[in-house]
Amino acid sequence: MAPIGSAPIGPGPVEAALIEASGLRVEFPLYHLGARSLKKRLLARANPRVKTDESNRVVVGALADLSFRIGSGERVALIGRNGAGKTTLLRALAGIYEPVGGRLRVEGAVGTLIDPSAGMDGDSTGRENIRLRALYRNLDPAGQAALEADVVAFAGLAEFMDVPIKGYSAGMAVRLAFAIATAMQPQILLMDEWFLAGDAGFMEKAEARLAGLVSAADILVIATHDMAVVRRWCTRAIHLEAGRIVADGPVEPVIEGMLAGVG
Amino acid sequence: MLEGPLTAPESAPESYVFDAAVPRRGSLARDDLREGFASWRLAWALARLDLRNRYRGSVIGPFWLTLSTAAMLLGLGLLYARLLGISLQDYLPHLAVSLVVWNVIAGMVADACTTMTASEGVIRQLRVPFTVHVLRGVFRNALTAAHSLPLILVVLLLFDRMPGAEALLAVPGLALLLANAFFASLLLGMICARFRDIGPIVTNVMQLAFFMTPILWKPELLKELAVWLPLNPFYAVLETVRGPLVEGGGSPLAWLAAVLYTAALGVVSVAFFVRFRGRLAFWV
Repeated sequence: MAPIGSAPIGPGPVEAALIEASGLRVEFPLYHLGARSLKKRLLARANPRVKTDESNRVVVGALADLSFRIGSGERVALIGRNGAGKTTLLRALAGIYEPVGGRLRVEGAVGTLIDPSAGMDGDSTGRENIRLRALYRNLDPAGQAALEADVVAFAGLAEFMDVPIKGYSAGMAVRLAFAIATAMQPQILLMDEWFLAGDAGFMEKAEARLAGLVSAADILVIATHDMAVVRRWCTRAIHLEAGRIVADGPVEPVIEGMLAGVG
Repeated sequence: MLEGPLTAPESAPESYVFDAAVPRRGSLARDDLREGFASWRLAWALARLDLRNRYRGSVIGPFWLTLSTAAMLLGLGLLYARLLGISLQDYLPHLAVSLVVWNVIAGMVADACTTMTASEGVIRQLRVPFTVHVLRGVFRNALTAAHSLPLILVVLLLFDRMPGAEALLAVPGLALLLANAFFASLLLGMICARFRDIGPIVTNVMQLAFFMTPILWKPELLKELAVWLPLNPFYAVLETVRGPLVEGGGSPLAWLAAVLYTAALGVVSVAFFVRFRGRLAFWV
């Protein structure tokens, strides 16, 4: 599988990709505690003692006061334990979670690999799912055909391409999802570590494809627990702890700092 | 192997700037609406998928709805014409239009509540305009409606009550209905995502509205109280379709009320969207 980044990026002149955040703050209202119920809200209003804060809701600061600048060519790993805010930060960078404070500037076409099965329809065939994704990405008919050809060639599902994906084995579903999600060439690639799944033969192919995608992207931001991935692919690591940046810099010192903190 | 460049972004603009100090909520909401309407093909494809998946394996599919409406028309028509002391020729055309249009309204309102929560998976993973999810619901219901609207024609033909040229007024009436469906989906979709109690409340309100609105009964049965009917938004919207088809036009007051209600709903829902669009991803 040749890397798919051989085509020039974008129709217009290529501008340097850039991510710039200053004082970035994202808050998660905790609705599932029961505060989502209108009844509870009304009761809480009637009884001031139940109130927790002035806006009467439990809020978790998912990301607090993050400032960083990621320039063209940088490969950044987001590391930290579960719940540190890695995926939340990816979603904020992708424009899915709107910050409640601070500034965020993302320049360049963004591609996200957060959830492989997002936007897939279980009752549709593999081929129909490719077309659906082409619509999600606003591709023109030519781009749609290119996407289909690319995914069909890579996923290697042969006649299963025309079977509803509900009937796929778990491994086949992963292959299709992976092929569809990675058939793009964004300037800024935001990636969660879900991709480390699949059978061994496929993993080799998958790694080669990912490597192509990563090397052709201007900026890579990857959230991962796997330090081998960090060391191999990244030039910089940001260590998040409870939504704050603990360390930011070259890979080795940051990893050492994190491991020392855990140990 | 790749044939051409796959460089189009995931429907995201080339650059994304957000400053919490200057949220630019208005222009972000406008972009969402504009990009959403531009992606109508996506919404249409999703709506058709919804319909296909809902009736997968069923032999006659969405025509079940047509059949059940037809059965309801027959049963209720015979019973209520008798109860209300109206001849079947006078009653059934009224009931056919009212019931079919009401089913469309009720279906759209019920779907409106799950507009956003049903798309949770997409909302939290891909940056797609929220307007697409709203359009998806509207298209889905319009497609469903297309399966039962011909029933009206059948009844009108059967009772030889074909309207004249004034029937064309039903087209703007249906357009008003669509506009209301869009705004209601936008508003209810957001509110129901935030407050999960609203869904059941809406169900109850719709049940009550079915009996309070002249569907089973005719407006003139209210006698002097009929002047208050335009206060009922469901009556006003219903009348803009029913009037042209069975009453030779529909009262100007009902039209005025329907336009005003639609405008009010539009203002409220867009204002709500502008204010809370950014929070929606946290609500679903």
